[in-house]
Amino acid sequence: MRWLAALLCAPITVLAAQPSALRSGLEFASADVRALQADDFANPGMLWVDRGAKLWSTPAGAAAQSCAGCHREAAVSMKGVATRYPRFDREAGAVLNLEARINRCRSTRQQADPLGFESDELLALTAYVAHQSRGQVPIPADDAASRAARERGREQYFRRQGQMNLACTHCHDRLAGRRLLAETISEGHGNGYPAYRLEWQGLGSLQRRLRACFTGVRAEAPPFGAPELVELELYLTQRAGPLRIETPAVRR
Amino acid sequence: MLARIQVPAQARQGEIVTIRIAIQHPMETGYRIDHFGRRIARNVIHTLAVRFGGTEVFSADMGSGVAANPFLQFHVRAQASGEFSFEWVDDSGARGSERATLTVV
Repeated sequence: MRWLAALLCAPITVLAAQPSALRSGLEFASADVRALQADDFANPGMLWVDRGAKLWSTPAGAAAQSCAGCHREAAVSMKGVATRYPRFDREAGAVLNLEARINRCRSTRQQADPLGFESDELLALTAYVAHQSRGQVPIPADDAASRAARERGREQYFRRQGQMNLACTHCHDRLAGRRLLAETISEGHGNGYPAYRLEWQGLGSLQRRLRACFTGVRAEAPPFGAPELVELELYLTQRAGPLRIETPAVRR
Repeated sequence: MLARIQVPAQARQGEIVTIRIAIQHPMETGYRIDHFGRRIARNVIHTLAVRFGGTEVFSADMGSGVAANPFLQFHVRAQASGEFSFEWVDDSGARGSERATLTVV
């Protein structure tokens, strides 16, 4: 009868053993990658942060206005800003991530052409702004429109897609820590982006990383800036819960 | 070309100091092919020289084996106050330079 008692107790044990602490992508990286991120000089992402600092005070557009012209010191005015994005923007009537918010500021305030997705300039400014919130915990937006968008992102996270017929959850919840060929599967948190990936030999946005996953499961990747990607970003922000912002992170 | 350099502002006489430099550069190997099947021309920082008060104290000859955004570190013994000058040039002919002063106390 003892085996029967053990069997009956088993489900309870499994429930109790659910992992509760979230692990940043950094914990799945090798020691040398972690060392690269820990050293602010060796971290190659800081080259983009430095470039962002220069762009911050460079006038642009027909208004000949620089970011610093309105926002002054980024260390003060941009502290904690990255913790609140993506969020619904009433003026734009859409959910904006940090990149889109910067581009919106460019077109409305500076009267300049928006910077291209994954351009060094946009990545540099985004990394510079997000870097001001390093060590802070994101606060998921809580208005009705943001909540609705987040729900769509959540649905997408759990929906099977592509020729491999996989959802995000299949790897990043069930198989985190296991190997996918030479890669260690992480929990899929975006708290370090824009991040320097050794594979890219450069800085890239979270959307670029998400698109790589779409290609990986042989699904059609939405274009940069597509609502699906922003909604997924929004859901991931909430999913990453108390993980602190690491921008610029270094990943493999 | 954007670069970051790290030179301590002050050092004691005879102290060994660490000098670091990171340069933002694609370090294009010349082995890659673009979407149209054309070879992407090699463009790496092939020479970097560091002088202290006009005397060369460190130099590097780099090739396509060096990753993008090269990061170099070396050590020098601080003998007298002076200025470090960093100069580098890539295959496209683009040049970069940085300067930093070290004071021996």
